[in-house]
Amino acid sequence: MAVGAFAAGRATAAEGEPSTAARDAFAFRGEHQAGITTPAQDRLHFAAFDVTTGSRAQLVALLKAWTVAAERMTRGLPAGEVGPTGGDALLPPDDTGEAIGLPASGLTITFGFGPTLFRDDHGRDRFGIADRQPAALRTLPHFPGDALDPAASYGDLCVQACADDPQVAVHAIRNLARIGFGTVAVRWSQLGFGRTSTTSTSQSTPRNLFGFKDGTANVKAEEPADLAEHVWVGRGDDPRAGWLAGGSYLVTRRMNMTIEVWDRQPLGDQEGFIGRTKDTGAPLSGGTELTEPDFSMSGSDGPVIPRDSHVRVVHPDFNGGARMLRRGYNFVDGSDPLGGLNAGLFFIAFVRDPDTHFVPIQLKMAKVDALMEYLKVTGSALFAVPPGIGPGEHVGQALFS
Amino acid sequence: MRKPLLVALIAATPLFAACTENADGSDANTSDDSRTIAVSSTDDKCELSATEAPSGTLTFEVTNDGSKVTEFYLLGEDGQRIVGEVENIGPQLSRQLVVSVPAGSYVTACKPAMKGDGIRADFTVKASDEEPTPAADDGAVDQALESYEDYVHEQAEELADKTETFVALYKAGKDAAARALYPQARTHWERIETVAESFGDLDPKMDAREADLEPGQKWTGWHRIEKDLWPQDATDYTPLTTKQRAFFADDLMSNTEVLERRIEGLTFTVDQIANGSRGLLEEVANGKITGEEEIWSHTDLWDFQANVDGARVGFEGLEPIIEQKNPQFARTVSERFAALQELLDAQRDGDGFVSYEQLSPDEVKQLANAVNALAEPLSQLTAVVLS
Repeated sequence: MAVGAFAAGRATAAEGEPSTAARDAFAFRGEHQAGITTPAQDRLHFAAFDVTTGSRAQLVALLKAWTVAAERMTRGLPAGEVGPTGGDALLPPDDTGEAIGLPASGLTITFGFGPTLFRDDHGRDRFGIADRQPAALRTLPHFPGDALDPAASYGDLCVQACADDPQVAVHAIRNLARIGFGTVAVRWSQLGFGRTSTTSTSQSTPRNLFGFKDGTANVKAEEPADLAEHVWVGRGDDPRAGWLAGGSYLVTRRMNMTIEVWDRQPLGDQEGFIGRTKDTGAPLSGGTELTEPDFSMSGSDGPVIPRDSHVRVVHPDFNGGARMLRRGYNFVDGSDPLGGLNAGLFFIAFVRDPDTHFVPIQLKMAKVDALMEYLKVTGSALFAVPPGIGPGEHVGQALFS
Repeated sequence: MRKPLLVALIAATPLFAACTENADGSDANTSDDSRTIAVSSTDDKCELSATEAPSGTLTFEVTNDGSKVTEFYLLGEDGQRIVGEVENIGPQLSRQLVVSVPAGSYVTACKPAMKGDGIRADFTVKASDEEPTPAADDGAVDQALESYEDYVHEQAEELADKTETFVALYKAGKDAAARALYPQARTHWERIETVAESFGDLDPKMDAREADLEPGQKWTGWHRIEKDLWPQDATDYTPLTTKQRAFFADDLMSNTEVLERRIEGLTFTVDQIANGSRGLLEEVANGKITGEEEIWSHTDLWDFQANVDGARVGFEGLEPIIEQKNPQFARTVSERFAALQELLDAQRDGDGFVSYEQLSPDEVKQLANAVNALAEPLSQLTAVVLS
C-alpha cells in the first residue's frame, strides 16, 4: 500500500511521464551549479549551516550524501530511495513527505562554502583545506548602518533552494538539514516568497517591496561574455583556490525595509530615491524600462536622475564597470514587536570577486544611496560557490581531493 | 540620513481638495473627464486636449513626447504667478499635475529643455459648482515663514550655548553635570534635526552612531562622548583620557559653531517647513521609537519629544494656511499630536523623561501606534499646504 501511494506520487510524475511544464526540472549537474543563471524561480529557502564535527571524513561523507539527495529532489524524486511512505513501518521514512504529488517545480539546489569552513576564529585549519581558502573569501567588513544579528549572519556552509513552489523549496532544505544532523546544524535560514530579479531575458522584471521593478540591469543567462567577466571565477584568478574556477562568490544581505515610513513618502520622492518611475520602471531620464539611464541629463535642480538615486549609485558606469548577478527575494517574516512588517529584500548576488564586485559598491551604497534611509541590514554572509558537479562527482570534490 | 528639506518637490497633489462628482452626469462640463486635460509636450509644441475646464480640482496628464526633459506650468493670468508645476519629465515619461483652480484666466506653459519662458497658451477656467480650495493669503504665508525661521535660528543658538557649557563640564571631568546636560543640549539639535542633517558634511561628524561608521572613519561627535559618559553597557571599554576628551569636545564645539553660522543664513519655503515637519516624525519612527539613537545614555525619549516639538512647531506655523484649505485635516493632525503628547507626558520624570530602558514593551508599542497615527496624515501635509 505504501509503495503504491509513493508510486502514484512523485516518482511517476518525474520518472514515468515526460514533463508538461518546461520549468519542471533543471539539470543538477553541469559546468556551473544550477540556481545561478537558471531563470529565477519564484520561491526561496536559503539555509546556512555550522559544521559541528571536526572530522574531514564525516564532512566529505555529508557532501556526498547531500549531492545524492539534492540530485534526486531536483528531479522530483524523494530525498531517499525508500521514499516518504515506503519501507519498514518501524523506521521513520527517508523523505519527509510534504512534496508527495508535487512536480520538481524547477527546484535548484546550490551549495557554497563560508570562510569559517577553512579556518576557525583563531585562524586554525579546521579540515586540512586552509591552504586552499580563496583570498577573497573573508567575513565581509562592517558597512555603515549594518545592524547585523550574528545569529542570522555568516555560516560554514550554505544551501540555496529555489523553486516555483514554496513547499518544494522548504522540503529540500528540511531534508538536507535532516541528513546533516550530527555533521552540521542549521545556523539560520530565510524564506523568500517572491523573486526580485530576472536572470534571463525571457523573464519580466518583478517588483520588490518598495513597489519598484528590481534587477532590470541584471547580468543575464544570455550574456556569456558578461557572465565570464563578472560572475564566474576564472582559471588563474586565485592560484591557491584553483578548485573554485568555474564557480562564483555568493553574497547574502538581509535588508529589512522600514516599510511603514517608506509608504508615507510622496511618489515623486520615491521615484527620485530609486531613479526610475514606479509605473514602468523607466529611468527618470526617459524612455522605457530597458532604456539606458542618461545620467548627464540635467533637470531643474541637478541631474534629472538624482546623484544619490539607487540606480546611479550602483550603476556599473560609476563602479569601474562592475556588474553583479542579483538573485534576491522579497521576504515577510511576520511583524515586529511594534506592529511593523518584518520585511524586506533578501539580497543575493553572485560575483566573480567580492573585493571588486561587491564590497566597494556596498560601501558606496551605504554612504550615499538615498534608499539607505529606508533599509536596515540585519543579516550578512559570504560563500564561495564551487563549480558545477560533473558526472559521478560530489559537490566540492575538487576542494577535498 | 535623508534630507527632506532639500528634496525637490516634483508634483503638488492636493489630496484633500474637495472632489464633488456630478451625481447624475447630466452636466458634461463638470464631469471628471472635463477636469482631466492631456498635455503633450514636444521639443517645439505644447498641445492640450482642452483649453478650458470647470473650476475645481484639475488633473493635467503631461506626457513628454519630445527628446528633452520638459516641465509644465499652470500660471496666473499675468503669466508670472505659478499656480502649479510639474518638472523633470524625461522623454516618453508622463507625470500628473493635480491642482485646485478657481474660475479665471490662466496661462499654460511647456518648457522643453527647461529653458526660457516656454511654449505658452491661454487657458480658461469657468465657474462650476465645485468650490476650489482657497489660496492661502500672503499674510498667513509670511507669518508662517517668519515664525519658523525665528524658531530654527533660536534653536541653533540654544544648541550652541548649551553645547558650550556641556563640553566645558565634560572636559573638566564633571561627568554627573555633563550627563544631566547632555539630553537638554541635544533637544535643540533634535528639534531642528532635518535642518541640521541637511548639511551632509557636518551630520556624520556630529551625530554619527558607532554603527553608522565606515571602515577607517574616525568617530566623533555627540555619540562618541555619550559612550564615554555612559560606558556601563560597553564591553572592554577604555575611558578617554583628558587629552582625548578635549579633542572630541573641541571638535563638537567647532562643528556646532559652523552649524549655527550656516543656519543663521537660512530661509525657508512653506513646502520645506511641511517636509521638515513630516521628516521629524520619520526620525522618531526610524530611530527614537526603537531606542537606537541613544544606545548608551538611553535618553531617547528626550530626543523623541524634541522631534515632536519641531514637527508640531512646523505644523502649527502652517495651521492658518491649512485652516483655510482643509479644516478637517488640521483637526485630525492636532488631535493626533495631542494623543502622542499625552503618552509622552506619562513618561516624564523631573524636567525630563524616564530612561528608554524603563519603558515596557506595551508602552513602546503604544507610542509606536501613536507615531504611525500621526505620521500618516502628516505625510500629506506638504500636499495640503500647496493645494
